[in-house]
Amino acid sequence: MDLASRPVARLAGATRRYGQQIALDAVNLVVQRGELLALLGPNGAGKTTAIGLLLGLARADAGTVELFGMDPQRIEARRRIGVMLQSAELPPTLRVGELLRLTASYYPAPRRLEETAAMAGIGDLLRRPYAKLSGGQQRCVQFALALCGRPELLFLDEPTVGMDIEARQKLWAAIRQLIAEGCSVLLTTHYLEEAEALADRVCVMTHGRVIHEGTVDALRARVALRRIRCLSTLPIDTLRAWPEIADVQQENGRLHITAADAEAVVRRLLAADLQLRELEVQRAGLAEAFTELTRDAAETAGTDQREAA
Amino acid sequence: MEVALSTPAMPRRRVIGAYLEEARSECLRYMRAPGFMLPIMLFPAMFYLLFGVLMAKSNGADAARYLLASYGVFGVMSPGLFGFGVSLALERDGGLLTFKRALPMPPGAYLLGKMLMAMAAAGVVILLLLAMAFSLGHVTLSLAQAAALLLTGVLGVLPFCALGMFVGTLIKGQGAPGMLQLIYLPMSFMSGLWFPLPMLPKFLQQIAPVWPAYHLDRLALASVGMNDEPLAGHLMVLLGVTAGFTLLAARRLRRHG
Repeated sequence: MDLASRPVARLAGATRRYGQQIALDAVNLVVQRGELLALLGPNGAGKTTAIGLLLGLARADAGTVELFGMDPQRIEARRRIGVMLQSAELPPTLRVGELLRLTASYYPAPRRLEETAAMAGIGDLLRRPYAKLSGGQQRCVQFALALCGRPELLFLDEPTVGMDIEARQKLWAAIRQLIAEGCSVLLTTHYLEEAEALADRVCVMTHGRVIHEGTVDALRARVALRRIRCLSTLPIDTLRAWPEIADVQQENGRLHITAADAEAVVRRLLAADLQLRELEVQRAGLAEAFTELTRDAAETAGTDQREAA
Repeated sequence: MEVALSTPAMPRRRVIGAYLEEARSECLRYMRAPGFMLPIMLFPAMFYLLFGVLMAKSNGADAARYLLASYGVFGVMSPGLFGFGVSLALERDGGLLTFKRALPMPPGAYLLGKMLMAMAAAGVVILLLLAMAFSLGHVTLSLAQAAALLLTGVLGVLPFCALGMFVGTLIKGQGAPGMLQLIYLPMSFMSGLWFPLPMLPKFLQQIAPVWPAYHLDRLALASVGMNDEPLAGHLMVLLGVTAGFTLLAARRLRRHG
């Protein structure tokens, strides 16, 4: 196999059970060198379990798990990764600089402390005890710990939860810089705009399975929905009966309609309500595409179960 | 499968450095938060002051030495069981241990750091007791005997570290301290640490060798010249307890984290 095209992390048919419950069901997942792959999905979809397997925190019940072609429980494999978990209470009394020094000591060729601090934007926090920082600042410190070892692959599990907009933008810039240096990133996130802003590829999971994998554009195209907003006196129940409309909501008197064939809906709307104002039509974001995909999967699963029964 | 791009090798000097950093951080963080370790060290010292010094004034020099050794054992159990077990249980709960397992931390560095911390705390407990024994309890002890007791305490904390660690892997978070109390206090009583064994009911005397604290007490008594029996058996039991619980705990940590 060509060395450069060998994946940095790979799940092949990976299955993980917790008792009777299947958390991960024969999942295939590949992270290529230098790319950012975003894992999306509702809570309990299996994202954290997938990351746990790749970090060697748990063993797969079936299938293959590889990190740089090795078993993730081998320390040689983990010396090439950086990790930011969803929740980790770091020692509260240690100073930020001490935490960085300790974590950097695990790696063969870490970044200099100042370099790490500058990249994560925490240069002014080094002397502060960890417990005295705000939640957002603590996340920045955790990000600094993830990148201090000069990793080839970065695991970021919900990295920007609890950050304000400015801090989030800074973190995104730092992630882009790391990718430009050739680092690969596996990111899980609830914020779809985060995936849209950063990801080369997205992988949508639900109920322990991957239900979509591809580029952000491909995901959006797969669900060709558009969003129509307007002020109208038409009763919402009338609109619900229109077959062209996939979904309609009303917020502060404003209608929010999602539909595949937006033109047909607009024509009908304008004909039905001559007083209609403030019409807007937008391509659906990842959020709608994502909701649509997971709902489809849930319905399919439901049908399967009914058929089985 | 071969590694795609060569991993930079970790020089041995850096591996040792990682162990040292871990131990340093562990000590630093607890020295800055005395609220955790101080009660663990002061509780047995207070016990000794009340029952070993103030209540036992008139029983003679031998009794005073006997009590010093026994309460010394009671004292070193505390940093082992609580310093190790409770902190492990809390850190498993808070996700710190998961984070450390995901990082390329050298194996055992985390536990080694905690072990050194417990040994240091055990040393402090023995020194506290010795200070009280000399100043208030009128205990006569040669310097060699005092040193032997200190050594017994510093090393004797290890089987209780192992036991505390095992309990810490079974119970997460806030449940651990209660469970450890249930082990600590009854075991101390039944091993003859509060009242000498001959004062206890016959049945308790017979089952005393089941408890690791009993064996450590025999060693502590020997170090202050109150026990002439051969010590190898007691040492073996304590080594076995340490190894056994460490293995059990390590297995659980690897599997469940």
